[in-house]
Amino acid sequence: MHISEGVLSPAILTGGAALTAIGVGIGLKSIDYEEIPYMGILTAGFFVASLIHLPIGPASVHLILNGILGLILGWKAFPAILVGLTLQALLFQFGGITTLGINTLNMALPAVTCYYLFGWGVKKSSGRLIFIITAFAAGCCAVLFAGILVGFSLYLNGDAFLPAAKLLVAAHLPVMLIEGILTATCALFLRKVKPELLESYYG
Amino acid sequence: MTVEELTNINSLINRIDPRVKIIEVFFFSIVVAVSNSLPVLLSALIISLGIILTAGIPAREIFRRLVPVNIMIIFLWFFLPFTTEGKPLFNIGTLAVTHEGLIYALRISIKSNAMMLMLISLIASTPIFTLGHAMLELKMPRKLVHLFFFTYRYIHVMDKEYIRLINAIKMRGFRPGTNLHTYRTFAYIVGMLLIKSFDRMQRVRNAMLCRGFKGNFYTIRNFSFKKIDVISIALMIAILIVLGIMEWTKITYSSI
Repeated sequence: MHISEGVLSPAILTGGAALTAIGVGIGLKSIDYEEIPYMGILTAGFFVASLIHLPIGPASVHLILNGILGLILGWKAFPAILVGLTLQALLFQFGGITTLGINTLNMALPAVTCYYLFGWGVKKSSGRLIFIITAFAAGCCAVLFAGILVGFSLYLNGDAFLPAAKLLVAAHLPVMLIEGILTATCALFLRKVKPELLESYYG
Repeated sequence: MTVEELTNINSLINRIDPRVKIIEVFFFSIVVAVSNSLPVLLSALIISLGIILTAGIPAREIFRRLVPVNIMIIFLWFFLPFTTEGKPLFNIGTLAVTHEGLIYALRISIKSNAMMLMLISLIASTPIFTLGHAMLELKMPRKLVHLFFFTYRYIHVMDKEYIRLINAIKMRGFRPGTNLHTYRTFAYIVGMLLIKSFDRMQRVRNAMLCRGFKGNFYTIRNFSFKKIDVISIALMIAILIVLGIMEWTKITYSSI
């Protein structure tokens, strides 16, 4: 969920931008110049994948994928998500310029958190059950944290936003389950087909 | 995914230096974001409308592009008028709509639309690659801008790959529904997309290294500062100062 321009107060926007700048700085530091072309292609892959809509009952949700992004990229998720959101703002007018900071933070911080919380389990060497559980948890928690952060940034804006913020977090719950299932299945698939992707060779 | 660029070659703002445009849109957005009084926001909306008209974009296209912003705004309209504390104006069912709440929601709506219109006029008058070069010239982190270039370049390639995968499952009679089979299929598609991008990036990287890539991009189009840039900067500064003064002195009308 992107927060639109003009909704949040300047203090929250500035805070979000500052924290994002730190995260992006850490992420960029670990990328070599030569590595950038391939970071870009992978980011493009994520960009396209995150536009996929899944049916859920009569409605449909689009994927967020910040869980698996975090697992594969670690801190590099920050620059990847910043670039992805910039392009979404430029191409589709999702989000906006002044909200780039806070929106990146809301998506990337959960990604990095899940990398540290569950990254140890999503490896080729770990047992199948552990692998599935940690991958599922990473997918779930990344979306849950993102929902909570979005809700929290709205709430910081003022008490009037509280009901809207609560509804937003609640709306993330079904998405969370789907993302969990999807992340676990996708990670299992990657483990079978391309285990290098999960081996922090890249992250 | 339909990504079409809207660059209108003949518009007036197309001739302004992209660096100048980025800076102007940035500062305009900041001033609008920190403003709170309705007259300031309304003027900002009118100014951005005026600017987008010079960009020569069809009105339908502008409306289409404003839809995503306004989805969230409409969502907030369901809450803010009721949840903001203030003096109640009228009741819908058992819920009281407050004066302050209405003003608050209105303020947010005008704000986001004004900022979005400015952003649309920027992208409508500048190709994305030119924006990237301008960002480099503006001394944004080089690694970040390069990442931006590559991502943008490969979005189209990856999108084609995605369409190929979708066509493949359609030919095999796949129908999406709310079931595990659908989710598993899509998980494999996501996985396949990542694998394809991973393989491609290794090939591209090798090819680039073979050709002596040292992390530089060259452009044949050099930016230059022209008279129209000076005029547009002067205009923008004047606009921002006037908006700033209006916000500072809090010109308010008793009617709203």
